[in-house]
Amino acid sequence: MAKKPLFFFLILCGSMVIVVLLMFSRFGRSKEETGSCNGEARVLYKHQNVTRSEIHALVSLFSDSDQVTSFECRKESSPGMWASYGITCALNMRLEKHETTESFHGRRVAAQCFIPDGELPLDLNPSDLSHSISSAAHMCDNLEQSLEQPKEHKNVEEGLDWDLLSYLRNTWWCLILGILVCHRIFVFHSKTPRERQEKVYLQEPLAQKKQQQCSQTNSRGAGKWRKNILLLGVIAGVSLSVWWFWDTNEEIILKRRETLENMCDERARVLQDQFNVSLNHVHALSILVSTFHHGKTPSAIDQKTFGEYTERTNFERPLTSGVAYALKVPHLKREQFEKEHGWTIKKMETEDQTLVQDCVPENFDPAPIQDEYAPVIFAQETVSHIVSVDMMSGEEDRENILRARASGKGVLTSPFKLLKSNHLGVVLTFAVYDANLPLDATEEQRIEATIGYLGASYDMPSLVEKLLHQLASKQTIAVDVYDTTNASGLIKMYGSDIGDISEQHISSLDFGDPSRKHEMHCRFKHKLPIPWTAIIPSGLVLVITFLVGYIFNEALTRIATVEEDCQKMRELKARAEAADVAKSQFLATVSHEIRTPMNGVLGMLKLLMDTDLDVKQMDYAQTAHGSGKDLISLINEVLDQAKIESGRLELENVPFDMRFVLDNVSSLLSGKANEKGIELAVYVSRQVPDIVVGDSCRFRQIITNLVGNSIKFTQDKGHIFISVHLADEVKEPLNIEDAVLKQRLALGCSEPGETVSGFPAVNALRSWSHFKTFYSNESHNSDKIKLLVTVEDTGVGIPVDAQGRIFTPFMQADSSTSRTYGGTGIGLSISKRLVELMQGEMGFVSEPGIGSTFSFTGVFGKAEANSSIAKLERFDLAIQEFKGLRALVIDNRNIRAEVTSYHLRRLGISVDIASSLRMACTSVSKLGNLAMVLIENDVWNKKDFAVLDELLTGSKETSARVPKFLLLATSATLVESSEMKSSGLIDEVVIKPLRMSVLICCLQETLVNGKKRQPRKRRNLGRLIREKQILVVDDNLVNRRVAEGALKKYGAIVTCVESGKAALAMLKPPHNFDACFMDLQMPEMDGFEATRRIRDLERRINKKIASGEVSAEMFSKFNSWHVPILAMTADVIQATNEECMKCGMDGYVSKPFEEEVLYTAVARFFESC
Amino acid sequence: MNAGIAQLQMQFRDYTISLYQQGFLDDQFTELKKLQDDGSPDFVAEVLLLFFEDCVKLIGNMARALDKSTGTVDFSQVGASVHQLKGSSSSVGAKRVKGLCVTFKEYCEAQNYEGCVRCLQQVDIEYKTLKTKLQDMFNLEKQIVQAGGVVPQVDID
Repeated sequence: MAKKPLFFFLILCGSMVIVVLLMFSRFGRSKEETGSCNGEARVLYKHQNVTRSEIHALVSLFSDSDQVTSFECRKESSPGMWASYGITCALNMRLEKHETTESFHGRRVAAQCFIPDGELPLDLNPSDLSHSISSAAHMCDNLEQSLEQPKEHKNVEEGLDWDLLSYLRNTWWCLILGILVCHRIFVFHSKTPRERQEKVYLQEPLAQKKQQQCSQTNSRGAGKWRKNILLLGVIAGVSLSVWWFWDTNEEIILKRRETLENMCDERARVLQDQFNVSLNHVHALSILVSTFHHGKTPSAIDQKTFGEYTERTNFERPLTSGVAYALKVPHLKREQFEKEHGWTIKKMETEDQTLVQDCVPENFDPAPIQDEYAPVIFAQETVSHIVSVDMMSGEEDRENILRARASGKGVLTSPFKLLKSNHLGVVLTFAVYDANLPLDATEEQRIEATIGYLGASYDMPSLVEKLLHQLASKQTIAVDVYDTTNASGLIKMYGSDIGDISEQHISSLDFGDPSRKHEMHCRFKHKLPIPWTAIIPSGLVLVITFLVGYIFNEALTRIATVEEDCQKMRELKARAEAADVAKSQFLATVSHEIRTPMNGVLGMLKLLMDTDLDVKQMDYAQTAHGSGKDLISLINEVLDQAKIESGRLELENVPFDMRFVLDNVSSLLSGKANEKGIELAVYVSRQVPDIVVGDSCRFRQIITNLVGNSIKFTQDKGHIFISVHLADEVKEPLNIEDAVLKQRLALGCSEPGETVSGFPAVNALRSWSHFKTFYSNESHNSDKIKLLVTVEDTGVGIPVDAQGRIFTPFMQADSSTSRTYGGTGIGLSISKRLVELMQGEMGFVSEPGIGSTFSFTGVFGKAEANSSIAKLERFDLAIQEFKGLRALVIDNRNIRAEVTSYHLRRLGISVDIASSLRMACTSVSKLGNLAMVLIENDVWNKKDFAVLDELLTGSKETSARVPKFLLLATSATLVESSEMKSSGLIDEVVIKPLRMSVLICCLQETLVNGKKRQPRKRRNLGRLIREKQILVVDDNLVNRRVAEGALKKYGAIVTCVESGKAALAMLKPPHNFDACFMDLQMPEMDGFEATRRIRDLERRINKKIASGEVSAEMFSKFNSWHVPILAMTADVIQATNEECMKCGMDGYVSKPFEEEVLYTAVARFFESC
Repeated sequence: MNAGIAQLQMQFRDYTISLYQQGFLDDQFTELKKLQDDGSPDFVAEVLLLFFEDCVKLIGNMARALDKSTGTVDFSQVGASVHQLKGSSSSVGAKRVKGLCVTFKEYCEAQNYEGCVRCLQQVDIEYKTLKTKLQDMFNLEKQIVQAGGVVPQVDID
């Protein structure tokens, strides 16, 4: 599951990138905002030249001096809120119609200011404050707009932003969580059926196809599912990216619009401010006129004074191109007026304003007769040409005048081309009243009280131009000013056509004349730049999405292929395993099936050979018999191999005498060896304990196999030498006491004369060094010993190129080997495996032409001191007889002498060695009381022997005993040796290979001459089972009878029952049966079941006895019950055998009974009794 | 007299060997004979009697089980009987009967009705033949004993 970490890593990367981007964008945005706000605030302060306190003072001045408007501005610091910035504005407007609304709005503003918004302090920054305060200086409409609109807007927007951020984060975490959960589910789903399936594979090869299909569809489905999820993920990623882009872009646009709005409003306000300031100045001028012209008699002002004054105070009204004062003259007083001033009231020429520069008022026509006139009496120098012109005669001016005196406020005209300057301009008119006009005067009263009009002309373009020059970022923004009094026809007062008309902001302007409406249109000069800040992160997300998608896709494809491969392999593995099992089963079955008829063949051949056959026929029959035997042994080997391969072979752990086993092997193979003239020698180190625990049969099998091979490949000369040592002996080369081993280690390669037969052999030392576990001092288990067995031969050797494969089954050194020497080449492979089962190793060294030496190690248990196995009694007796005797071995080869002395030592005879007869002569005098002298055939020398004989027999005449002379001979020299014996030179000839039984026989014959040994009773079945109570369970009457008969013949007391149930009843403890033979296949309750039940029963009883519930005496002789149950079966196959053991049986005998089989089976149980 | 006995003995030996050679008997019969000693002088005869009784009973059983007129054929019943018969015959060393039983069993497991019926007939014939042959043999034995001779041990190997 390598994809899992990858998966998580990717998710982690993705989420990290997203989070970083989010933070970045957020940080950037907030910075921008504060920056822009601060900037705005700075601009305001700088260019408007007003501070809060200034404005405050101005307002209070107004409210004090003029009574036109009154503001009450309170500043409050509200604790716990945003400190001193809390402002409550209560606005009392004089205009009744607005009053309620305004105060309502004001309250709303206050309420909004008090919203405790700890998270977003930038909401309430100085710019807002200054907005609100600067607006407070103007009309309530503006205040409302500037305070409320941007604030509300901003608030909402910020809130939205915040919401989006947290929402986004939440969504992302949800997404990750979702993916994880999905992944878990997927893993779980795809895993479980596979596990299940794997289990099934082993148990039910038949069902596996179905399961496989199932799992295939499963994995395919899982793959599809994953693909879908990937697709979903990619879609989600793409949509996230698109959404992000859209969101950021929208934000940018919004901000731009906001900036535009802010700038526009700011410009509008500044314009308004300037205009209003100048309006106030005009107002002041009007008051001046009313004070000094009308309030004093005679007037303190004349045209000259006025012109001068106005000219000098023109800096206060930078926007006015000129001011003039017209007097209200009713028609009745026209003549008097004209007389007073010396000029006639002239009519304003509106038609030919193009010529306004050089117009001379004198040229004007006198004003037509009207109700009243408003002739200009004073004028600024710049507009001195309009003195004496009747303002009522101009359409615009007349209307203006009428409105001005009615409202008592400054009134504006619609824009028109100014005289002279030819710019668009507006004229502001103030009415000058009698001083005694009450504050709450009606319109009529005002009209009545009017005494004159003060007019000022404003040059709009220059005004706006001047203003905009003072403001920042004039490059980026284009401004138009419109008069919108007439809704249908906008009059453009200022502006250009450049800029992007698509997004423009309209701010209303208020120049203090409620009947006139003005608007300011602002727009950016440049189009919206490409929104890189939106494109880059979203583009990144897109790229990441695709990258991750690609990686995932690759991973998924890979997973799919790997899974598919895995599936295939599992299939193949299952198939291979099934095939292997089938092979093993087939082998076992076939081997078994072949064995049965082969036995027939062999039997028949044996019969055939017993009949009268001529030589040729006999030869054929013998060959056939031999081949059949080979076949049987091969089949046994194949069975072994199959068993080992399927792991069914288990080693026994029984104590056995290793020396005895080796004796057996040598006696078994001595025939063959003698035939070939090969000397066979066995040597076991003194340190090897008498009894070891292990599988004697398998040990014997290995030895037999190796020795058999050696015999097979050794041609008519030389020797085969089996030696057994403790592995520990070899480990410490310096302290070796064993003579044989010492010799081996001392020499790199055994030299001629230093081997058993004198022929050179390969030293085993080299193969030992290859053993991995040999020299390692791992876990020195005190109750385990490691044996090192070496089989040395002087055979043809193994070709170097074939040495690597000789442990492979059915591989011989080369294909000609089997033709020359026969055999299948399976033996070594089996031996190696058996050795491995014994936790040992097997190795060899071989040199072609010299010979091979096979070595193996094996771990055996040490037998407990008192658990001696039944050594053959007669040997025990013999050993008693020979104990303490002395012998002299005369042999020129050291090793051979050691071997001989080893065998003698086993009998308790102490041994001295002499290398020749001559040497013996010299040493024999020192050795008193010799019981025997063993002379190797090779050193036999009649002359020297005569000397020795003389020496021994002659010198010891007095002693009771004369040493016996024994000749050690091989079968090859048997004839001459026999002659020597008959000639009386020697007492006995011992035929090698030496082994205990042979030696005992010979020695007994020579030493205990004449003393006839009592013929020992044959240990037969009769003795074993005589008087034993045996239960036979078989449903078949005939079988029962036969079994009964067979057992009775050996003296057993037999009881028969015919069913498992009956057996159960009989074997319920306490009972007197010593053993039970149980048929397996019985109706109702078969042998297995019956055995199981009997064992259950016994277990229960044993438990009771153990716990003391029931006294052991009550159940007679045993402390624990376990009656030996032997299965009787017609087909002795392995499976049945195992089944027998499993259900608690102790062994089995094949039906029908044969004495031998019965003996071996029963011997185990009755031997100890 | 002696010559007569010798001839009888010879005849007995030949007859016994022929029984082995024709496959009526096998080693197990020899084993069985070995079991007969002074303690149980009629052991073989007794066992054989049991065997033939068993045969009659089992063949009867099988014939009934294979009788189509009673309805369905109970192969398991037949199988059980065949198994019994096989066990018995192998115990006494009735080789041919045993061999037939093996075939019979296979047919039975394959539920081959025709084969079963055929086998049943053959088994019937076979065991009757064996019975006759063995009776002859026992008669010969008896004659030898009556003539005062010793029944020779026939070594088949």
